Amino acid sequence: MIRTPLRPLARILKARQKGENPDAIESENKRLRHESMRDGARLRAEGRLLVLGAVFFVAFSAIGIKMGVIANSVPEEPTAVATGNPIIGQRSNIIDRNGRILATNLDTHSLYAQPQQMIDPELAAEKLTEIFPELDHERLLKDFTGSRKFLWIRRQISPEQMQAVHDIGEPGLLFGPREMRLYPNGPIAAHILGGASYGREGVDSAEVIGVAGVERQFDSYLRDPANEGAPLQLSLDLTVQAAVEEVLAGGMMLMNAKGAAAVLMDVHTGEILSMASLPDFDPNNRPRVLTQGDQSDSPLFNRAVQGVYELGSTFKILAVSQALDLGLVNPETMIDTQGPLRWGRFNINDFHSYGPQNSVTDVIVKSSNVGTARIALLIGPERQKAFLDSLGFLNPTGIEMPEARAGQPLIPRQWSEISTMTISYGHGLSASPVHLAAAYASIANGGHRVIPTLIHSDQPRPLGPSVMRPETAQAAVSMMRQVVTRGTASFGEVPGYEVAGKTGTADKPRPTGGYYDDKVIATFASVFPASNPRYALVVTLDEPVETSGTEPRRTAGWTAVPVAAEMIRRVAPLLGIRPIIENPELVSVSLNSH
Amino acid sequence: MRAILVVLTGLIVVALGFWAYRENYATQQAIKEVRELHAAIGAGHERLNMLDAEWAYLNRPDRLRDLADLNFERLGLLPLMPEAFGRVDQISYPMPEQLPILNSIEVSSDNAIQGEGL
Repeated sequence: MIRTPLRPLARILKARQKGENPDAIESENKRLRHESMRDGARLRAEGRLLVLGAVFFVAFSAIGIKMGVIANSVPEEPTAVATGNPIIGQRSNIIDRNGRILATNLDTHSLYAQPQQMIDPELAAEKLTEIFPELDHERLLKDFTGSRKFLWIRRQISPEQMQAVHDIGEPGLLFGPREMRLYPNGPIAAHILGGASYGREGVDSAEVIGVAGVERQFDSYLRDPANEGAPLQLSLDLTVQAAVEEVLAGGMMLMNAKGAAAVLMDVHTGEILSMASLPDFDPNNRPRVLTQGDQSDSPLFNRAVQGVYELGSTFKILAVSQALDLGLVNPETMIDTQGPLRWGRFNINDFHSYGPQNSVTDVIVKSSNVGTARIALLIGPERQKAFLDSLGFLNPTGIEMPEARAGQPLIPRQWSEISTMTISYGHGLSASPVHLAAAYASIANGGHRVIPTLIHSDQPRPLGPSVMRPETAQAAVSMMRQVVTRGTASFGEVPGYEVAGKTGTADKPRPTGGYYDDKVIATFASVFPASNPRYALVVTLDEPVETSGTEPRRTAGWTAVPVAAEMIRRVAPLLGIRPIIENPELVSVSLNSH
Repeated sequence: MRAILVVLTGLIVVALGFWAYRENYATQQAIKEVRELHAAIGAGHERLNMLDAEWAYLNRPDRLRDLADLNFERLGLLPLMPEAFGRVDQISYPMPEQLPILNSIEVSSDNAIQGEGL
């Protein structure tokens, strides 16, 4: 720009000639210059303000627009986080000790209707009754044409049925995904697994909840997504369980029993390899709880866990082993077995008389009530109670099933001397077959307490507290072996497996008091192989009667023992126990000359 | 000097913007892939689960027992019994291989009539 001088010479000279003050010109020019400077500065400041304003406007608009977008969009999780596997949300499987599936899930569909969307309710109702014959046509039509907005038609449908419903082409019939709990093996291990049903139901999903057995006990574990679908591994062996149930069902039929139970337990770990209770049910279609009558007649009743019975002479070995352990007797001590033994107003008698005196071993082998009662008197009530407590007979078994709490043993209110005597031969104290199996396992493993469990563990479990000396346990097993070789359980001999056990036949108590004459609980509790016991097996038959002879036989030796022997013969090879050749018979060589 | 710094900063900003833009789209692509993979894994799991269930159902002990009974003539399957266990000495050693015949003698019976020998 051209800068105007403050005192332009031409004007100054002209002003001097006219006699004017040239300073006026300077001040005039200064004023003009200041004014123009002021105008320029103002313009620049205004421009800057405008730019700043525009920047602020754009920035605030951008924020405002973004806020509007966020407010109007559907909220969404940030997807940068890797989402979990959707299928892991399912209820976990239950598998046996070898990984075979006992319970799993199946994706099915449920069928529901929204009648206000229906085009032809009459046709839909008609076609639906063709597909599902159990539906009532009239009722369906009433529901479809009435004021209802929503109704369930079926909780679960098969893919074929789903296709058939699709083919109706009715827009008011809709499907929702459903998970179904499937027990592929049917009634095998039904009592242990229990069953499942639906909890809260929605259109898109339904909660599957366990209603009994391990399904209920481990419900929160099975549903916990944190397990990432890790299955629950039970200690059961499916093959063994199937064999046990087959033999038990056959035995129950042959012996005309109304119920039966079997427990097969690992004596070292307490893991239950098989537990059966008959009659049983199909957990895929769990029957309803009985509303009247005795619950113990229901197929849902687990005789092995919930049923507490007086288990009879199987208890004798407990009294004898305690007496041995306390040093009160040794296997050769002679015991007075002359009956009847009078105690107050009670008479204790034997099945038939076994002579005036028998050794302790023979008391067990011949199963003498009188002899056992006399041994129990030597022990006394307090010590007997403490010993049975240490074996777990005074509390529920702690097996991982909700039903186990029902298996509270019935013990006498006052543990008097007569109780001591009757309990020593298995009357007056009721316990479940699982209790008995655990006690026999304790004897078989060298005298360590065993806690029965249904959960498989690869880690070795710590030994339980000692309940008797190993020598005592060995002597007791040897006595039980003699029961099989020359005593009441002679049908229990299984070549190669050295079965050792004790029979027990207990009269059933009447509900009104006293005992039935012709109804018994026959039990055979055994361990095998006797030289190095690995498994304990308890077989119990409810009201068996064996009718092949001239008169009906009810003792365990004729009923429970053959069933248990067949069971061991079937199961021991499956457990991988090689038969022991006890006395290799010499092949007879005869010299003949013709 | 200042001008160079300003221009350089501007270039860096542009470059970073371009990088962020590319990263953003690469991430979205990766997330999409992960989602697809998860869906595939889910479908695979579902299928595996279904096949497992079917396998367990087809191998249920009751069915196998019935099948073994039905096909007893052909297969002769019996429950595992104690007799199935053998001892090592019950297994015979393999027979030693016969030595090949080296000095073989050709024997001809051409034109020989039975009964007419010497």
